[in-house]
This record gives sequence, C-alpha cells and structure tokens, in this order.
Amino acid sequence: MVQGSTIGRATPTVAARATSALPEMIKDAALFALVTLGLSIPVVAYRTDLGQGTGLGLTGRWGLVAGLCAAVFVLRLAQRLVLGEVSRRRDARTLAQAESTAPARLARPGRIIGPLTLGVALTLPLLAALGSGGLSEGRYWIDLGILILTYVMLGWGLNIVVGLAGLLDLGYVAFYAVGAYSYALLSTVFGLSFWVCLPLAGLFAAGFGVLLGFPVLRLRGDYLAIVTLAFGEIIRLVLINWVDFSGGSAGLSSIPRASFFGIPFTAGEGGFASVFGLAFNPMHRVVFLYYLILVLALVTNLVTLRMRRLPLGRAWEALREDEIACRSLGIDTTITKLSAFALGAMFAGFAGSFFAVRQGFVSPESFNFLESAIILAIVVLGGMGSQLGVAVAAIAMVGAPELLRNLGFLKAVFGEGFDPNEYRLLLFGLAMVAMMVWRPRGLISERTPSVRLGARAR
Amino acid sequence: MSVAGINVLVDETRARTEAAKAPLLSVRGVSAYYGSIRALKGVDIDVNEGEIVALIGANGAGKSTLMMTIFGQPQAREGTITFAGQDITKLPTHEIARLNLAQSPEGRRIFSRMTVRENLQMGAAVNGGKHFAEDLERMCTLFPRLRERIDQRGGTMSGGEQQMLAIARALMSRPRLLMLDEPSLGLAPLVVKQIFSTVRELNRTEGLTVFIVEQNAYHALKLAHRGYVMVTGAVTMSGTGQALLDDPQVKAAYLEGGQH
Repeated sequence: MVQGSTIGRATPTVAARATSALPEMIKDAALFALVTLGLSIPVVAYRTDLGQGTGLGLTGRWGLVAGLCAAVFVLRLAQRLVLGEVSRRRDARTLAQAESTAPARLARPGRIIGPLTLGVALTLPLLAALGSGGLSEGRYWIDLGILILTYVMLGWGLNIVVGLAGLLDLGYVAFYAVGAYSYALLSTVFGLSFWVCLPLAGLFAAGFGVLLGFPVLRLRGDYLAIVTLAFGEIIRLVLINWVDFSGGSAGLSSIPRASFFGIPFTAGEGGFASVFGLAFNPMHRVVFLYYLILVLALVTNLVTLRMRRLPLGRAWEALREDEIACRSLGIDTTITKLSAFALGAMFAGFAGSFFAVRQGFVSPESFNFLESAIILAIVVLGGMGSQLGVAVAAIAMVGAPELLRNLGFLKAVFGEGFDPNEYRLLLFGLAMVAMMVWRPRGLISERTPSVRLGARAR
Repeated sequence: MSVAGINVLVDETRARTEAAKAPLLSVRGVSAYYGSIRALKGVDIDVNEGEIVALIGANGAGKSTLMMTIFGQPQAREGTITFAGQDITKLPTHEIARLNLAQSPEGRRIFSRMTVRENLQMGAAVNGGKHFAEDLERMCTLFPRLRERIDQRGGTMSGGEQQMLAIARALMSRPRLLMLDEPSLGLAPLVVKQIFSTVRELNRTEGLTVFIVEQNAYHALKLAHRGYVMVTGAVTMSGTGQALLDDPQVKAAYLEGGQH
C-alpha cells in the first residue's frame, strides 16, 4: 500500500498535520522573517537625509526593520494556521459532499445584493445628510456617489460592446469625450440647453461608434483591441491639436451648469429655491445631478436588460459565442456588430454630456487611456455581461481608492512621509491580480438566461 | 400519425418530387479557393426534393469546403449554385440562411454559454420566431434529451447532446433542405445510430431533404438514397447508397474496418 488509499484514512492525517506541525510552522515563519531582514537591510535600514553641512547623512531605522520582521513572522504564522484550517475544512466538505449525493445549490447573489444596492442608491442623499448631520456636510458622499454612478453607467454601456457582443473595445473613452465635447460646444456656441444637447450628444457618439465599427468589422480579439485603442488616442490627439475647434489642451470652460428643467439653481429671484419655496442651498444642484446620473444609469440598465430579450440582443450574445454559427443561422453580423458599437457609444455619449454639465469644464486630460482601462477593468472584474457585477465592480474600483484618503492613521506605522494615495495604483494592481487568481471569470460570472420557464418541477 | 397517414405523406412527397424535375439544390462546376490553393475543382452535385444525399470522402478531400461554399464562405470563384431555382452563388451567408436552407456546421458550433432554449431561439431567428412554441415542442419530441436539458447551458452538455442541439437548432427555421456537416464527429456509435435514425425518420415522415457530409461512410451510405464520393476536391463516383456500399473501390478505400 502506497498511501492512505481510503478516504476514511486520509482525514485523520490531515487533521493531525494541522496541529502537530506547529514547530515546523514556526521555523518556516522564522525563515520568512530572516529573508525580510536580509531584504530590508539595504532598502529600509538606512535613510539618506540632507545633513547639517553639505553632504548626505545616514539615519538608522533599525526599529522599523525589527517591526517589519516581526510583522512578517506573525503574518506568515497566521497564514499557515489559517490555510491549514481552510484545507482541513475543504477536505471535510468534499467528504461530506461525497457522502450526500445531492449537490449544494448556490444561492443567486443578485437576489439580495441587487435590491440592496438599488435601495442605497435611491436614498443616498438622504443617508448622507442623516449620517453627516446636514446636507452640506454630506456633500462628500453625494459627490462620491455621482462619481461611482458615472462609472457604473460607463461600465454598463461598455458591457453592451464587450460583455454582450464580445467585441473588445479599448478606446471606449473616445465616445465619452465625444459626448462631453458635444455638450460643451453645443451649449457654449449655440446656447442649446442640456436637455436638447443630451440626445444630440448620444446621437453624435453613436455616429462615432458606427464610424469605428466599419473598419473593424472583420477584426476580432487582439487586432480589434489594437484598432480601438488607436481610435481612442486619435480622438484625444485631435482634441488636443485642433485648437480652434476644441480649445486644445486648455479645454473648454464656462460650460453652462445644469438647470432644473429650465429653472436655474441660483440664489436670486426665479431660482430653484425661490420657485419651490425653499431656503437657498447650493446642495440642491448636487442632489439634482446625483439623481440625474442615477436615472441615466438606470435607463442604460433597463435598455440593456430589455435588449437581451429582443432578437438583436440575443444576436449580440450569439455573436460573442460563435460568429460563424451566427451567420449560418441567418444573422447579419454587420448590422449586429455596428448596432452594438452604436448603442454602447450612445450611452457613453450621454455619460459624457453629464460629465461636462457637472464639471463645467472639459479638457482632453479627462479622456486618456487610463479611463478606458478603468472602465474595461470594471466590466471584466464584474464578470462579462453581468449587470449587477458591473455595478459592484464600479463601486469597488472607484469607491475603494477613495477609502485610501481615510488611511491617515497608517502614518503612525510608516512614518510622517507616508501618503496612502501614492499607493493607489499599486493596490489597484494587487486587487486585479487577486481577482484573476480567485475569481478569474469576474465577481459575478454566472450568466442569467434571458428566458426560462416560469416554474419547473424539477 | 397513423401508418396510412405516413404512406399518404410519402406518396405526396414522391409526387411532388417527380413534378418538380429541377433539383432542389444544384451545384454546377463549382471551384473554390483558399488563397491560391484550389480546394474544389469543378464539383457537380444535385440534391432532389425529398432525398437524403451523402457526400463521403477522406480527410481534406474538400467535403466541408463544399458545404461551406454552398453557404457562401468561401464564395465559389467558378460555377453556379442554385437553390430552389434561385442563384445563390454570390449571396452573403446570412442571406442564404434565410432561404429555407439550414446548416448544422462542422464541430457543432452551438452557443455554449447560452441555454438550450436560447440556442433554439437563435435557430428560429430567421423566421422571426413565429412558430417558436410549436417548433420547440416538436424538437423536444424529436430529441427528448433536449427537453430534459432545456434550461441548461449548451456548453455543459455531452457531445451527443450538443450534436442533437445543433441539428434541432437548424431545424427550428423549418428548412426545406437540411445540411449536416460531420454529425458523427467524435460521438459514440450508439449516439450516432440514434441521430441517424432521427434524420431518417424526419425524411420519411416529413419529406425533409437532407444533404449530409460524412467521414463515417458506412453509416452515411446506409442512410442515404444517393451518395457522392469526393477525392482531392473533385467528385469521382456517384450512385445510390447501396450501390456505393457494394462498390469494391469504395469498400477498399472507405469501409474496411469501419463497419460497426
């Protein structure tokens, strides 16, 4: 007999391993601490400061080195203990599953998270006001909500192109820019109101979507990604260099602010506050903007959900699965692709004109490749094609970096010069790596069928 | 349907076939190229209404290329392809698919992340899903396994079930001609038998015309009324299914050891 071949015998050995190996674990953790010591001597132990005279002086930081080593030791020990426990439990669970043949049915995550997220989104201004003790004090949270919702909307828009139709688009921010500049130019040059400009911006962006769609009809995967990436850069470079048209890198400023369907948010006579008999508060405009983007995002969501049940939406999904099969089933892939590009771009156009009306200022700086990457990351992390996943990912990707601002207490650990914000991209990368290891298909990878029987007996 | 009813239907089909002398699908002198490589060298094939026609041949003989050329991808550079009296040589694939001509492509190509029901919906997309409920019921009767798996994702099914789904998906458009590309590929003999007998049943009861491309020559010729043999891009032999089965050359080249 080579190994414990029966399952019954395997369990005790696993359990024994977790407890009896404590000395071995301590040794292992000590080794880790030793490596940390070796690494930190050249990197951490000495800091060069400008001395009293002309040269640099060395300041020893041995306390910090000792702290690091101790931290690594404790963390490694904890990790070993936890991992041992986890693997023991997993073994126990597989055993239990092998015994009872009934498979555990996973609860659909959307049933709780979805309505909860929507509820919080609908009442956020109220929650923020109550939580911070006043509307003005809650401004930070409402602004953050606006930011997150903008990305939720962009994520949902890109989800049509990438998640449903399976066309990898790295230049999505170009359509966002088209929307923003459409509003900025139409309102400053022609004096059109936001509500006239919004559909026009969507239309222009959709036009650009078709424009991008035509040359890339025959491309897929990597090649498509490269061309869309170039498209995004072209739009940005045109905006920078065509100074007469777009104001160049200085951008366009003094864009008219949002009004409540024609009633401006001003303090004087005829302003929002006096018309509705309220005391003037600059927060009225912020709350209005919040609900505006919420409605826009929800419209995006509803349209997408509706499209998935229509023949065109199903054709998008089929296109993502297999283009050749699509064609042999009589689906015109040209129309299907162009419509996905156009609709996705249209929502980016809406979001863009919202961005312009909120900021009152647009410049090419706001539409660089990093924005495209963040939006794409939101879609991929959320789980391609999952509406709820995109929303959750947007909250995590946009909201989490904001939390870094509140990590000031870490200065006590890492010294005065420590600024958590500088580590934003580092954490961003770490989160991505962790996601790809543990949830490679996204936060919510389960695709909901667009049709199913009302009630099935089995 | 009673036996007498089936007989009436068969008689009707036969009568219709004889009345319409022109074949349903006719391929005349078709050549197709991959770049500069001539994959089809002037192929002539006819499929009459109500027939099962098999095309057999070795790997790389051009069988699947012919199937794809009929569907316009690649388009034939020489020759003409006519379906139901209409020249379809230069039509794009999706327009050909809208002419009551359905294909179950090689390698099945089902939509793996979509459920069985959604796959079938895609098959009905051509006629706008007018008779969807009725046709869905028909497919579930034809392939009871699909009824069991109706809300399961296509990619999680076995190869045989996927092949059934691919055929059912093609049938959802109510085609006059069903083209099957290698339906036995990678399937267990028992499943192959099951699928072939369903095809035979469809032909007998509904008069469905079938054009089948196969490497499994024995089963294909057993099933077919007529057959063609293809070698390096050209048709070298044709005849009734039984005649080809009995032909010593065909026996030597395609049937030895293949009978199970």
